[in-house]
Amino acid sequence: MSVLQTIWLIVRKDLTIETRSGEIAFTTLFFAISCILAFAFALVREGKPPEDGGAGVLWIAIMFSGNLALGRTFERERQSETLRALLLAPTSRPAIYLGKLLGLMALLTAAELLLVPLVAYFFQAPMFRHPVWLTVIVVTGTLGFASVGTLFAAMLVRARSRDMLLPVLLYPLTFPVIMAGVRGTTALLQPEVDYALLRFWVQLLISFDAVFITLALWTFEPLMTDEQR
Amino acid sequence: MLDFHEVAAENVSRDFGRRRALSRVSFQIQRGRILGLLGPNGAGKSTMLSVLATLMRPSSGRIRYGDLQHDSHRSQVRARIGVLGHDLFLYGELTARENLAFFGGLYSIHDRYGAATDALARAGLSDRADDPVSSLSRGMRQRVALERALIQNPRLVLLDEPFTGLDDVSAGALVARLEQLRAAGAMVVLATHDLDIADGLLDEAIFLRDGRVAQAIARPEGLRSIYRHVIGREAQ
Repeated sequence: MSVLQTIWLIVRKDLTIETRSGEIAFTTLFFAISCILAFAFALVREGKPPEDGGAGVLWIAIMFSGNLALGRTFERERQSETLRALLLAPTSRPAIYLGKLLGLMALLTAAELLLVPLVAYFFQAPMFRHPVWLTVIVVTGTLGFASVGTLFAAMLVRARSRDMLLPVLLYPLTFPVIMAGVRGTTALLQPEVDYALLRFWVQLLISFDAVFITLALWTFEPLMTDEQR
Repeated sequence: MLDFHEVAAENVSRDFGRRRALSRVSFQIQRGRILGLLGPNGAGKSTMLSVLATLMRPSSGRIRYGDLQHDSHRSQVRARIGVLGHDLFLYGELTARENLAFFGGLYSIHDRYGAATDALARAGLSDRADDPVSSLSRGMRQRVALERALIQNPRLVLLDEPFTGLDDVSAGALVARLEQLRAAGAMVVLATHDLDIADGLLDEAIFLRDGRVAQAIARPEGLRSIYRHVIGREAQ
């Protein structure tokens, strides 16, 4: 079976399960929306949001809800040890990683389709003035966060304290991605967009993605082969 | 497709930190044979199965699949191994047919939905094929899980406590299926505590205790008394 076929099988399987259970989508969405509402109530005074606050709130919501989605995605694979069944198949293990990553990206992208308009509304942020640039920033930032998260969530799937360990490992490592995402989005929301600065943050995000995904593909096979009980 | 006629464990040891789960375990199994791994909890049976399944590397020693070593041609070796673990390796939200078709796809089966339909017929579950696995009884799920493990027609079949939670009828059906596999030339390695069911089914029995082979017996009869004798003697 080709790598692409394996990736497609895994993505389709994950989305089919999610369509039926709605478990990850609903918990992630409710969490992210609550997060934005809490910030809106705390920071918006007399209808006036803090300057550039929208970018920070958007990325905090993406980061926290992404962590929640990561945990739930791999909890599902742990419940009946189906991750072991995936690892037992004669498929490329990096393809398993990519399948899980793309499934997660699909879920987070769906959540972001709701989060971005909410942030735009509550924080009066002109998110849709440059939709292509916004898409590039949000997708590359989410990919960087999810690529590291997928690797760690798979590694920790059998650890007893995985719920505590995942954010402890994930947040420090993905901090540069979140920082670049916030700064890139802030640059995009300025009345006069500084395209040189914007391009710098986007290039940084793409570089992070390339490094993180390469490292994850390289390490997934050995890390998952010699699993500990 | 790669094939092999025997599998041999040669002085296999496996450590978890300072704890030694397997210590210089050796045995071999040929086509058309059922080998039982017997022993108390913590004896190393599940670890041995994980090593045979290529999920774990031995700390020392080696596994041979015919002429192939455990660390070469992993993907091709895995294509010929079927595993039924403690847990069933099934997605509860998917139907029985979707589960089998998904795993059939991972094993590059050309007509994976056709293979899934045939497998469900063998399991006697054609009428429940489109029900979510979570809605099936434990015995039915076990039958689906066994067919999942066998969907790629494996040469080596590894079963970890497959009789747990099964009623007499389901256990009898599983024994019949294992006998079919033996007749078809598969190698079956069965880790179980259920000595009454295993009695008369096994061609060879390996008794493990504290990760070591306490005794190996060909054509074992009266497993319960042998078990008491071997494991009890070791404990003294």
